[in-house]
Amino acid sequence: MPFTAKSGKFSASINTLTVGTGDKAITLGGENVLPFYTFDAPIENAPKVGIEITDGGMAEEPECVQKYYEGCETVADMAKKAATFEGVDFLSLRLEGGDPNGENKPTEELIQIVKDVAAVVDLPLVICGCKNVEKDAELLSKAAEALDGKNAVMLAAKEENYKTVGAAAGLAYKQVVGAESADDINLAKQLNVLMTQLGVDAKAIVMNVGTAAAGYGFEYVVSTMDRIKAAALSQGDATLQMPIITPVASETWGVKEAVASEEDMPEWGPAEERGIDMEVETAVADLASGANAVILKHPESVATVSKLIKALV
Amino acid sequence: MALKGLDIFKLSPKKNCKECGSPTCMAFSMKVAQGAVSIDACPYFSEDAKAAMSEATAPPMKTIKVGVGEEELSLGGETVLFRHEKTFVSKTRYATDLTNSMSEEAIDKALEELKVVDYDRIGERMYSEMIYVDYDAAAGADSYVELVKKVSGHGRVLILGVEDPAVAKAALDVCKDAKPILNGATPANYEEMNKIATEAGVALGVFGENDDELYDTLAALEKLGNKNLLFNACSSSIKAAFATTVQFRRAAIKDGNRTCGYPSIVNAAKLARGDAHLQAALLSLFTVKYGSIVVTDEMSYARALPLYGLRQNVFTDPQKPMKVAPGIYPINGGDENSICLTTVDFALTYFVVSGELERSGVPCNLIINDAGGLSVLTSWAAGKFSSTSIAKFFEEQDIAGKIKCRKLCIPGKVAALKGELEAKMPGWEIIVAPREAVQLVKFLKDMQ
Repeated sequence: MPFTAKSGKFSASINTLTVGTGDKAITLGGENVLPFYTFDAPIENAPKVGIEITDGGMAEEPECVQKYYEGCETVADMAKKAATFEGVDFLSLRLEGGDPNGENKPTEELIQIVKDVAAVVDLPLVICGCKNVEKDAELLSKAAEALDGKNAVMLAAKEENYKTVGAAAGLAYKQVVGAESADDINLAKQLNVLMTQLGVDAKAIVMNVGTAAAGYGFEYVVSTMDRIKAAALSQGDATLQMPIITPVASETWGVKEAVASEEDMPEWGPAEERGIDMEVETAVADLASGANAVILKHPESVATVSKLIKALV
Repeated sequence: MALKGLDIFKLSPKKNCKECGSPTCMAFSMKVAQGAVSIDACPYFSEDAKAAMSEATAPPMKTIKVGVGEEELSLGGETVLFRHEKTFVSKTRYATDLTNSMSEEAIDKALEELKVVDYDRIGERMYSEMIYVDYDAAAGADSYVELVKKVSGHGRVLILGVEDPAVAKAALDVCKDAKPILNGATPANYEEMNKIATEAGVALGVFGENDDELYDTLAALEKLGNKNLLFNACSSSIKAAFATTVQFRRAAIKDGNRTCGYPSIVNAAKLARGDAHLQAALLSLFTVKYGSIVVTDEMSYARALPLYGLRQNVFTDPQKPMKVAPGIYPINGGDENSICLTTVDFALTYFVVSGELERSGVPCNLIINDAGGLSVLTSWAAGKFSSTSIAKFFEEQDIAGKIKCRKLCIPGKVAALKGELEAKMPGWEIIVAPREAVQLVKFLKDMQ
């Protein structure tokens, strides 16, 4: 008697969303099964992998990543280089320097970098803010204006600034709006509802429902995503059917397992290997739980995760 | 498939005699359905009814125990597919792959490395719990038995990856008392392997070229009366391995198909031979999705640090927060003259705060209070992180005697405690730190 599995295909599906324009545009979502459950139904749009650079350029990269960008002088140079790495589907530019508690770079300076980058790459773009809600409102609105017509992702609007970011990115310039909430299905749902009430097209929203490095409260990430996918697919909840995009690098390259030098922790071995494995293992756990796209930093991590996705879909 | 209270009630004697301790048969049936009491507490349940019940109430997935004594491991026994539904009960175990075609030096080196990655993380020992001893026929049966002998007694449960019954028997002769897994039943040899495994009293791992073959072989072994089994995910491709692992688990738990209800073995070493990072990716994938044992060619620190953290997160009880042991944690070489900071023992808080403190580079002492494993605001609201509890903790631990510095920072979210603490802890300067951990770096640097 052969093994007969009941299909876990759902009648509802995740929204399909295109980012970018032209040949390099990517499509997220569309599946009506749980992550990588291709035995239930084919997954047309495999999850995507992005690579992240910041406005700080080379100086802000972990030492082991810098060598891949050798010879780059500007952020735009790095963007051009990043586009050539194996497995890269999109480019993420994090405007970290805008943080008022950090370097507090003026908005104009950062937007100039956004424009410079957009001018040299044809990959789909994701613009990440600096995590300060007031500054992000300004930065992401201006970035949405600067990237008019590029169909880029503004990551992300939060409960505190969704009106500004949503209006500029979603209504005025028709970009894709990221909706960020912290590991809670109800908050994720609420923000999506608020955003659509504002007039943003539900089909033009991606969610960042929370992120963490493996070992750092990752159970919240897993359970939030599990529950969101269950609500979206099995209960057909249209307010949670947006694809999920998860920034990984910004978490993993800050934890000690990834960044402690070999001199400090001799028994742990080479820092580069630790950084890559932390990034890879976290990203894969995100994808297995429900992320439709992940954002990484190390070219080797990008290649590995992209290879696994190809093997699974 | 779990029985509902009403189904049990239908089979009950309906006497309401109270001898079981419950007021009515209905109440008793409800408790049995929840698993709160055993059906045996009722003296009047007929044997037939009990037999019908035990079949119906048996867990959908078998718990298989391997190893002995302190090394004993529980595999399987899951009742849910997602951790938010209840709790995952048996965490994923990792096996390091060795074979008899490896050189003596390579084996010694691998055994040496096995000892290196063995550490504690929030009260849990993190190490590779198993050794997968793979049989290479080209290197001969004798060398295999030698290898099994050599790796026995290293405090790891063995998995004997061998399909040749004669070799399996010889290997079991030297190690069966330690309750290894005999991993080598195939559609061709399962009858013989079944005999060997049952005689030795060890669990048997089953292979199939595809899911149908695997399922049939499991069913055939069950028919022979063996339910001490595990199954191997198809290793023809990563996609196939994922499909077996997920589909069998789902069939067991969701659809009550008991033939699928055994722990899984996924051989990541084989699926990603020669690609170190891809293997790390697979270790993570099968930890999140239903691998009971994942085999790897090596457990380096690079792989282990994120992996064991991930496993600890995924397999934590969602109803019980993870806690760190209360005490003084010196950071960045903090000593008795370094500034003190205090917060709660909720593991996530500890990790976030200690991470930021490390990033600041400022030597300090992080003092963790016993606050019931709750976050700052929750424990404060519950009265478990108050001026009284903090002052008491400092007294009990004799912190004033251990540390000379008299500066104590408290979380910004409980700034209200400042006044009370100053009254209760004379001599200490109480400083209100920022509300969010991420602001600590700037806060500490500014203070210097």
